[in-house]
Amino acid sequence: MYAIEVENLVRKFGDFTAVDNLSFSIKKGEVFGLLGPNGAGKTTTMSMLSTMLPPSSGKASVNGFDILKDQDNVRKSIGIVFQDQSLDEELTAYENMDFHGRLYRIPKSTRQKKITELLKLVELYDKKDNLVKTYSGGMRRRLEIARGLMHEPQVLFLDEPTLGLDPQTRNHLWDYIDKLNKEKGISIILTTHYMDEADKLCHRIAIIDKGKIIALDTSENLKNDIGGDVITIISPERDDLYSAIRSMPDIKNIELHDSSITIGIQNAEKHVAHIVNIASANNIEIKSLSINKPTLEDVFLHFTGRTIREEEANSKDKMRMIRKAGRR
Amino acid sequence: MDIVYTIWLRSVKRYIRSKSRLIGSLGMPLFLFLVLGFGLNSVVVMPGMEQGYIGFIMPGIISMSVLFTSVFAGIQIIWDKQFGFLKETLVAPVSRFEIMLGQTVGGATTAVIQGLIILGLSLFMGLEINNIPGFFVAIIFMTLIGLAFTAFGIAIASRMEDMHGFQLIMNFVIFPIFGLSGALFPIDSLPEWIRSLTLLDPLTYGVEGIRYGLLGTSQINPAVSFGVLSGFTILMVIVGSYLFRKISI
Ligand SMILES: Nc1ncnc2c1ncn2[C@@H]1O[C@H](COP(=O)(O)OP(=O)(O)OP(=O)(O)O)[C@@H](O)[C@H]1O
Ligand SMILES: [Mg+2]
Repeated sequence: MYAIEVENLVRKFGDFTAVDNLSFSIKKGEVFGLLGPNGAGKTTTMSMLSTMLPPSSGKASVNGFDILKDQDNVRKSIGIVFQDQSLDEELTAYENMDFHGRLYRIPKSTRQKKITELLKLVELYDKKDNLVKTYSGGMRRRLEIARGLMHEPQVLFLDEPTLGLDPQTRNHLWDYIDKLNKEKGISIILTTHYMDEADKLCHRIAIIDKGKIIALDTSENLKNDIGGDVITIISPERDDLYSAIRSMPDIKNIELHDSSITIGIQNAEKHVAHIVNIASANNIEIKSLSINKPTLEDVFLHFTGRTIREEEANSKDKMRMIRKAGRR
Repeated sequence: MDIVYTIWLRSVKRYIRSKSRLIGSLGMPLFLFLVLGFGLNSVVVMPGMEQGYIGFIMPGIISMSVLFTSVFAGIQIIWDKQFGFLKETLVAPVSRFEIMLGQTVGGATTAVIQGLIILGLSLFMGLEINNIPGFFVAIIFMTLIGLAFTAFGIAIASRMEDMHGFQLIMNFVIFPIFGLSGALFPIDSLPEWIRSLTLLDPLTYGVEGIRYGLLGTSQINPAVSFGVLSGFTILMVIVGSYLFRKISI
């Protein structure tokens, strides 16, 4: 049995197709990532699966229940952390949790126990009686996650769960999500912009762009596809360096750019010394050398042959910020 | 019922916490009281009214308070929509009707509390009520106004994208409803055509009902007022929940 099954799911806004014929399935107990740039259709997909938005066509089921015909059971099966905040700022953390517990008809004694347990888990118990409007962004995010878990959902939806969190909190949360999945067997679908996040958490990753899946595999396989790590070398004599190391074994691909050389290679750390040795043996100066784990950008470039629409993405982000600011 | 209670509880908590809203919303009624009441009390002679003009408009000003508070409480779901909280409620396995009902009862509660505060203040300023059952009659009518107009606010909010339209609704819907309601003038002395407009205004029946309760006299039979206002309340709850069901986020 699958946690989520999606078949030819389409969502249009007017003439614009936000989700374009999506099909995939997620096994019970799996952590599945939707990785894609701004506007790829991740949130739209999540909204449809959580019954918040009707699809234009296609079908999907969550926990075995059809998202159109059996909405109530779908809602009972899921917990969701929305991309945008969904807390009541005029209530305290405890009251937000309590409201949620009552909505899901959790009996009083269990409710109180769960609230305490979860607030301790996300380290907000000491501040449980403070109004949410006094919380920082990261604290709010943690509260939302705690809230989404309260009714012990079978399937957890996390829409950019670590958005706006500092690295420490982010790591913390990753550990926790991992634990939830392993200990409680909760199936998780999450969206993210970050390759490392998807890499760390997800069993399988679907890379989506413009509403379509362009690759779906384990992160291992995806990274292998693009040749492992990326070494970037800046050197004034890069043509010489290029010919000197081009024939090195293990190199998956090597490209010459305006001011740099990029090398795709497995386990880059092991090969760096060798490259530097070759360079100094040939008296070639190396200005800088860096090793990068492949990012979404690299994967993207590989599968689509183009870079993420950086400009567009940025302006969209800005618009969102302005819209949010206007609400306050 | 649990769900209705949950939503109700949240509304009331928020209301009690927002002191500034509470105090701010007392400003207008008090102002009317002072200016119209004391200002016109000696000029306007109300035949058959022991307590004079100020006594006459007191039920009107209570109704106004209840009206504004409840419409505002209903329209507040636009904030919930914008701040994202509405999603939290809509994604839960509860029916939209329960959510809408909880909001309505919550809004009505706050509106009645607001009306009672005005009533309390007017007692303080020298008005007298010596009829306890009448006091409860007044509360029943306040409750009906509260329910009807919170539902009305929800209906409007369900169709509005943001708060920009709020001013428009205030000026072209809420103020006319208040102005035409006979809150400030006796309907019997109006020219025929305005009188018919007044009788089309559901708030008129609320004002008259409260007036009957508090002063013991009214120009519309209280049973008629009760019937018309109840009917309007049920209609608004139906319309409100119909529109709320189709709300998109
Ligand atoms: N209600 C709507 N009306 C019109 N267009 C919409 C609506 N919601 C989303 N879209 C469009 O659908 C596309 C996909 O949006 P979606 O929010 O699913 O992207 P996303 O992958 O979640 O992006 P992000 O990473 O920025 O969150 C975007 O181009 C967006 O403008
Ligand atoms: Mg999104």
